[in-house]
Order: sequence, then C-alpha cells, then structure tokens
Amino acid sequence: MANLKPIAAGPIREFDLEKDSLRELNQFLHSAATSHCQIQVRNPNGAHSIACGLNSELDVRIFGHVGYYAAGMNKLATVTIEGNAGPGVAENMMSGQVHVKGFASTAAGASAHGGLLVIDGDASLRCGISLKGADIVVGGSVGSFSAFMAQAGRIVICGDAEDALGDSLYEAVIYVRGKVASLGADARFEPMTEADFDTLRQLLKSAGLEYEASDFKRVASAKKMYHWHADANQEY
Amino acid sequence: MTHPTMEESAGFDRLTIDYIQRAAASGLYEIRGLGAKRRVPNFDDLLFLAASLSRYPLEGYRERCSTKTVLGTRFASRPIELAIPITIAGMSFGALSARVKDALGRAATELGTSTTTGDGGMTSEERNSSKTLVYQCLPSRYGFNPDDVRRADAIEIVIGQGAKPGGGGMLLGQKVNPRVARMRTLPEGVDQRSASRHPDWTGPDDLVIKIKELREITDWRTPIYVKVGATRVFNDVKLAVHAGADVVVVDGMQGGTAATQSVFIEHVGIPTLAALRQAVDALDDLNMRGRVQLVISGGIRSGADVAKALAMGADAVAMGQGVLIALGCNSDTYVSNGQHISALKDYSELGTAPGFCHHCHTGKCPVGVTTQDSTLELRLDPAVGAKRLKNYLQTVNMELSTIARACGKQDVHHLEKEDLVALTVESAAMAGVPLAGTAWIPGGSIT
Repeated sequence: MANLKPIAAGPIREFDLEKDSLRELNQFLHSAATSHCQIQVRNPNGAHSIACGLNSELDVRIFGHVGYYAAGMNKLATVTIEGNAGPGVAENMMSGQVHVKGFASTAAGASAHGGLLVIDGDASLRCGISLKGADIVVGGSVGSFSAFMAQAGRIVICGDAEDALGDSLYEAVIYVRGKVASLGADARFEPMTEADFDTLRQLLKSAGLEYEASDFKRVASAKKMYHWHADANQEY
Repeated sequence: MTHPTMEESAGFDRLTIDYIQRAAASGLYEIRGLGAKRRVPNFDDLLFLAASLSRYPLEGYRERCSTKTVLGTRFASRPIELAIPITIAGMSFGALSARVKDALGRAATELGTSTTTGDGGMTSEERNSSKTLVYQCLPSRYGFNPDDVRRADAIEIVIGQGAKPGGGGMLLGQKVNPRVARMRTLPEGVDQRSASRHPDWTGPDDLVIKIKELREITDWRTPIYVKVGATRVFNDVKLAVHAGADVVVVDGMQGGTAATQSVFIEHVGIPTLAALRQAVDALDDLNMRGRVQLVISGGIRSGADVAKALAMGADAVAMGQGVLIALGCNSDTYVSNGQHISALKDYSELGTAPGFCHHCHTGKCPVGVTTQDSTLELRLDPAVGAKRLKNYLQTVNMELSTIARACGKQDVHHLEKEDLVALTVESAAMAGVPLAGTAWIPGGSIT
C-alpha cells in the first residue's frame, strides 16, 4: 500500500459511469463545490480523460480500469486508480498525487512538471517521456524509451528497464533496481551518492515500497549532446 | 567583370560551391531563420477577375464590406470572433523577446485579431496584451500547463510547421537565457533541439482522444485548432477533421522559423498555394466547408495574398515573417527615443546586410526582434513596434476589402475561386484555377 496522502474524511459523492456521463463527472470535479468531499467513480470501463484537469485538493478514487489520460494535467488533487491505466496517465501533472494500483500503458507521466505518480505494477513504453520535474515510482518494470528526453524530476524503477532507457536525457535522474536492456543515447550509469540514497529512500517510502536503496543504480545524462558541434553524437 | 570564357556551372554554381566548402570545413549543416528563399509558385501567380459588365462592383470608399471572421464554431461553446481574417502566427518566446510578444499582442488587440504563443509557453506579457490568444500545444510541451490552457482563448495542437514538417524545434544556446531556460525546464545555454512527435499520443486515432481530453479540461468552451506543416495536406486535413478539430491550420513551405536546417527550409514540404488547394479539397470531400474553419499560413505578405487565399477557400490567414518585418526585421535602422539609429554595423558583424538577414538563430538580431540579449532587445520599443504592426495589418486589411469590393463582395468571405485566374501553368494546376485567358485548368484534383 503506497504511503500517499490519506483520503480526507468527509462526505462521499459517487459517480457511476454506466449511468452518469464523463462530462457530468469532470464538470463536477472542476467546480468549486467539490473541495471538501471524496469522489468515488464506479464502472469506469476504460473511459478516457477521467478526472483530467483537476485544480483543487480533491480525493478521487476510481474503482476499475481507466483509458487514456486519466488524471491528465492534474494539479493539487489525489487520484487513486484501483485498476490499470491506459496511455498518458497523469500526463503533464503539475502537482498532487496519482496512484495506479495496477499496470500503466505507454507514456505514463509524460511531460509531468510536478507531483508524484506511483504505479504499483509495470509501466509500458516511454514512461516518463519528456518529464519536467515530477517524480515517478514504478513498482515493476518499464518498457523501451522510458525517460526519453526527460528534462527534470526523478524516476524510480523497481524492476527492469527495456531498451534505450534515458535516451537524450537532460537533467532528470533515473534509479533502477533490475536489469537494463540498454541505455539510450547520452545516458550513462553513475555512482550513487549519499544524496541519491536519501532521495531514493524518500521516494520509496512515499510509494510504500520497501526495497533497499543500495540495490539501485543511478542513470543520468552524460551531457555530451547539450551542445551542437561536429563531433557530437548525432544519433537523433 | 566576368571574362566571357569563364563559364559558371549550372549544377555547381557559386552558392553550391560555397555550401560544399562550408560543409567540408565545419562538418555541420547550416541552421538559419526565416523561410524558403527559392522561388516557388505563389499567390503572385494568381490574378483577380474583378467586376465589369458581368459582375457588379461595390463602391470602394462607401459601401460596407465585412471582414468579420469567426473561428471554432464546430464544437466549442466559445468560438473566436475576430474583426479581420488576418491573425498572427505562433512564434515562441525564446525565438522572440518578451517585448516583441507584448508588441504583437497590443497590435492584434487594437485590430481585433488574435495572436499565438509558440514553443516555450505563454508569457504574462502576451497574455496581458492579447485580447484573443491562441495557446499552442507542441511536441516539446515546454512550459505547457493547465492554468494557461484554461486562460487561453483557443488551443492549437501543433503537428508540424511549414518550414520544417517532420522536424522538431530548435533554439540554440545563445538564446536560452535564464528566463527562457526556466520556462522550458532546460539548463541555461543548452542547444535545445526539441521533439518532433508528441509525447503522449502517436497517430490520428490517438489525436481524437487527445482533443477530447483538452475539451474535457476546458469544459468544451475553447476552440481546438490542429496545425499541420504542408506535405500530404489532403490526407492530413481529413485526419485532423476526423480527429475533431474545430479549425485546421495549414502552414506552407514558405513559412518562417527562428532556427531550422536550411536543407529542411528549402527542400521539405509543398508551397502554400498547393497546400491551400488540397486543404480546401479535403474539406469539400468531407462536406465540412463552413463547419471546420481553415487558416492558411506560409509566406502571406499583402492584402492581395489574403484576398487570394480567401477566394481559394481559406477562412483566415496567419502571418509570421511579414509581422516581424513590420516590426523592423531586415530594416537598416532601429528606433530609440524617437530617433532612427543605424544597425548596419551589427548586420555587417553577422556577415549579412538588411534585406538579406536570416540570422534569427544567432540571437544577435540587429533590430532587437529575434533576440534574448538584454541590450539588443531594447532596440524594439513595444509601443513603437505595436504601432508599426497595426499600420501594416490595417493596410493589408484595407487592400483585402478593396479587392473584395471590386469583385462585388459585401463580405471578404464571399470571394470565391471563380474570381481567380492563373498566370502560369504551374500555378493554375496547383491552385485549380484556369490559366488566364483560357478555360484550361491543368492537372487534376487529388480526390
């Protein structure tokens, strides 16, 4: 169980997407009147864009699988998905917390600027692509091209990583526990520092995971592609 | 004087020799700003058939000719209403200074039209000065955030740009100053080469879902534009319409850029003239003319260009390079305290001259338009720039309505293809209008 922000006590408002429309749900979530209640979503049935564009400290709990862009552009809210998530979960998140209790499809946390995304299971291709400052903790493994062009933030991978991990990284840092099929252009393994161990322990704790920090390796940018010159690696 | 026996090679002329020598010395391709310099068929190759005995003109200075333009009527609950069909194209803060973005917003607001953000996020200057601001959603997502999505008047999902369809953004390190770096979440001074594909969707079926996400976030209020660089325009426009766009923006190969490889600028994409015809054909094929609005850009310069674009079926145009030139780009002077100051020395130090400069990528713009340098940017006074730009766009709009009246139209949107003929076989084929003096339309429709 992830050690995320506890669900606030208060009235519960329930939506059933077999009866209520997505528009009604999101309109309600965007309205100011929802700041002090917990919202439960039943029968999401893979619908797209559930709970996207939230802008206040809501607690939203979704019971079932969600489609694309669940909790997209989240700001301040805590969204828990009791199932699997389709592509782009928590894309462009600014703050708050998103917890996927199952698996996540492609581009989880893409371009996220802030907040914490926890995925208990595996994440597919391009997890953390274009990351801009958020933290992502994946309990399982990640697919190829994860952290592609990631600019800032941290990604913790408790399982393995497929090919081209960290391709064209900027300042984001990856901590990976398992095997790495291959590193991408300009990514390299670096020694873990005490600051890395502290950061990693904090992130694992926030995600409710109990792995040893000493089991992880650090991947960061070699910064050889930061400047454009004839001898630079032109792999992209 | 060239000796008569010295014959220059057509294939290896001086420009080509210079290109090869420079490549051999540097091992790098050339990067530059602005748009294609080669001659391609364009709006100059079309002419209007104004009213005569068979058509009835409007009095040029007396009778009303509407230029009102509404964009985003398909799904959005708050379409954009513009006083003129001439909008300002997306150009980034980073490529341009914040003072320039401010000037663009002021001029656009005075004329009742829209301006557009670019790759690098929305600045407070442009939001404050622009009554109607289109917010671009680009592959890089630099500075992209939901607060700005909510305060935008329209959202433009950028698939590609006419100067570099298929290519990502580029901003060389000398322009990545602390503010630009902070807005883009990049290290200062890094040579930024951004993504060419969006991070969270990969094809037209995904785009359907992405557009719906943006509609949900904005509670279906805000028009969604989709912008494509002109390549396979017929199919791309159909796919954008299928994906749910309210407005499709097509950017032809003459479109400008702040920094792109020359090989891209001159050799990738199709001319605006050909792109516009294909885009209109696509909307007609779907029976969506009027429901989905079409904005064309890429080398639009004058009221004649705008009138021809509207006659061919565009609902509006977007202008970039013309706008920068109005602000002073390629001028030999800049204005400081009301005085014209020569910039010739600065052009010379860049190895160029007014009329030839395309050194936007260097950040050393002699007239303070495409720079992040704290000294150079002061060469553009936002108030002066806004006044010049307002004058220019006002002139373009007056030219447009003058032509429309001469063609007997009470509304510039009533201009039609039947009002046009072509000067060349190539332009007749691309635009799908008859060669002047004939009934011959060469080529055929792509449909």
